[in-house]
Amino acid sequence: MKNLIDFFSFTDSSTRYVVLGVLLLMSSSSVVGTFTFLKKKALVGDAVAHSVLPGVCLAFMLAGNKNPVWLITGAFITGWISLYLIDTISAKSKIKEDTAIGLILSVFFGVGILLLTIIQHSGNAEQSGLNSFLFGQAAALVGKDLYVFGGVALVLLTTITLFFKELSLLTFDEAFARSIGLPVRALELLLTTLTVLAVVVGIQAVGVVLMAAILITPAAAARFWTDDIKTMIALAAFFGAVSGLVGTYISYVYENMPTGPWIVMIISGIAFTSFFFAPKKGILHKLFRQIRIKNKMNQENILKLLYQLGEEGKDFFVSRSISDITTRRPFPMRRLIKGLRTLKRQGFLKEKQRQWTLTKEGKLKGQRIVKLHRLWELYLTEYLRIAPDHVHEDAETIEHILTPELEARLEQLLDYPSVDPHASEIPYNH
Amino acid sequence: MIEHVENPILEIHDLTVSYDRKPVLWDIDLTLPEGKLIGIVGPNGAGKSTLIKAIMNLIPSNSGYVKLFDEHLEKVRNRISYVPQKESVDWDFPASSLDVVLMGRYGQLGLLKKPRKADKEVAMDCLRKVGMDAFAKRQISQLSGGQQQRVFLARALAQQADLYFMDEPFAGVDAATEKTIIDLLRSMSQQGKTVIVVHHDLQSVTRYFDWVLLLNLRLIASGPVESTFTQELLQETYGGKLTLLSEVSNLMRKEGFPHRELRKGKSS
Repeated sequence: MKNLIDFFSFTDSSTRYVVLGVLLLMSSSSVVGTFTFLKKKALVGDAVAHSVLPGVCLAFMLAGNKNPVWLITGAFITGWISLYLIDTISAKSKIKEDTAIGLILSVFFGVGILLLTIIQHSGNAEQSGLNSFLFGQAAALVGKDLYVFGGVALVLLTTITLFFKELSLLTFDEAFARSIGLPVRALELLLTTLTVLAVVVGIQAVGVVLMAAILITPAAAARFWTDDIKTMIALAAFFGAVSGLVGTYISYVYENMPTGPWIVMIISGIAFTSFFFAPKKGILHKLFRQIRIKNKMNQENILKLLYQLGEEGKDFFVSRSISDITTRRPFPMRRLIKGLRTLKRQGFLKEKQRQWTLTKEGKLKGQRIVKLHRLWELYLTEYLRIAPDHVHEDAETIEHILTPELEARLEQLLDYPSVDPHASEIPYNH
Repeated sequence: MIEHVENPILEIHDLTVSYDRKPVLWDIDLTLPEGKLIGIVGPNGAGKSTLIKAIMNLIPSNSGYVKLFDEHLEKVRNRISYVPQKESVDWDFPASSLDVVLMGRYGQLGLLKKPRKADKEVAMDCLRKVGMDAFAKRQISQLSGGQQQRVFLARALAQQADLYFMDEPFAGVDAATEKTIIDLLRSMSQQGKTVIVVHHDLQSVTRYFDWVLLLNLRLIASGPVESTFTQELLQETYGGKLTLLSEVSNLMRKEGFPHRELRKGKSS
């Protein structure tokens, strides 16, 4: 608890800087990542992330110290080369893009690890901390590093804001963008550069191995909540920032905990939550809708059945027992009872000593379903030329989905017919 | 068979286009009149879309040049609108109909400028013209195929161009949309705009177009629809595959042959 207060009160100035830095890094990478995600270049982001490692190591070997400007330059160069190679290989050879990505990623990362091992055995005193580029160590983000990385992050955010209109058009419809004379090649180059830079600044927080998660996961999570690209970008930035903050906190409290994996845990948690709970697109929402539909169909089937029984006996308001119902149509008992209770609560049925009777409203509702069923059968036979003995099954589902508007159009189209293909009367309400 | 016109709005001279070294359009030479509704007709794989993509410089050409309004494309871009095939974009993109139509204003807005209120009003007006104003805020993936095509058309209208190229605007749309689109194209042509449409439904050619291009790897005919859309020319376009021509094309790809001995610079 004391840690929590220490951390979030920012009394310690170095903590304050680390937090500020992580917020900037995470939100800027997430914002750039939104475009990577929408362009379906997630794997490319992963390849770039792995490919910056040899650049970082080479820069360290040449400069002999951990000057962030050198490291960023090195990372930028190899990151760019990897992207160029992926594009060239997939454009000029028979190798497809996914294979090219796999090739480049492993070769570059392999070389990076090799160089890292050489550095570790070189006895250079400055090398401590270079390891943190593998899994990220936000706490190392102090002093000059912060200014450099933070500066790059700000440049990223500004560039995206300035070119927002062009980048989104490029992402949505490249041919059209070209046709109105947008400098598509230059914009592609810009977006690629931004992606590489986002990776470069992000690795300080999460490390090369997990960087792709930061580029893609916040955007993927944000997509569940909105259909508007601006909101999506803002949400991705927010998700990225939150996970960065929490991840950093955890690695602050527990010594020697790498920041990257924790940030990835948190952002993945957010993504899974979105996946399940987001309104409209979430799994849970879809599940509930399925259940609602099932219940609705069940209830309407009960009313329909009671109406049909009434039709036969020419009296709709006769009381029926459960066995009266199940002898006619074998409802699963639990569903039937649940449906009957709901219908009673809603005022479509009355119950007295386990005898169920339609109310006026219930009769009307049942009548409508029967009407829709028969209208649809007629429509299928007359307009789709389907044999009368094949139309019942279709009508069983369609009767529950037709809206009053479609109902009216159907009536008009068929000119208010009086009987269905099986010569049953179509009941109207007048 | 290939009728040329004075003061053409579009002039194509000796255009050849290849994909991966395989020529898909051979030596196209044509001129088109202003203010007409023009159909490009031909079988699958005849190079219809390729032709308008080459005109819009979306794909490189091996030889020849294209002049629009007697100028090079770069100089007259803002007088030209291009409508890609509906399937060429991902309709799951997080944008509303209005957002997409607003993209039609980007060319005039220029870099770094945000759409202004005036642009939004133009966009709304264009949505109204295609009968989609009620769906302005709707996410584009929730639209039907016909509605998506209308949104694309509204975006083209928002460009306020003089010359329109449309790649299969009637593909996969419902009857109501087809009628909306053709009415719109007719009224555009009445206002003096030139509309060039890639079309694959032979039934409607004579009803829809003033002028027609018959294309099958090479240009077979170009002229007013009454004199050009004839049984004989259609036979030549659709029947009797030019097996020799396609075999040579395939050979050029296999052997990695250049199309011309000397690579000329782009355009004259």
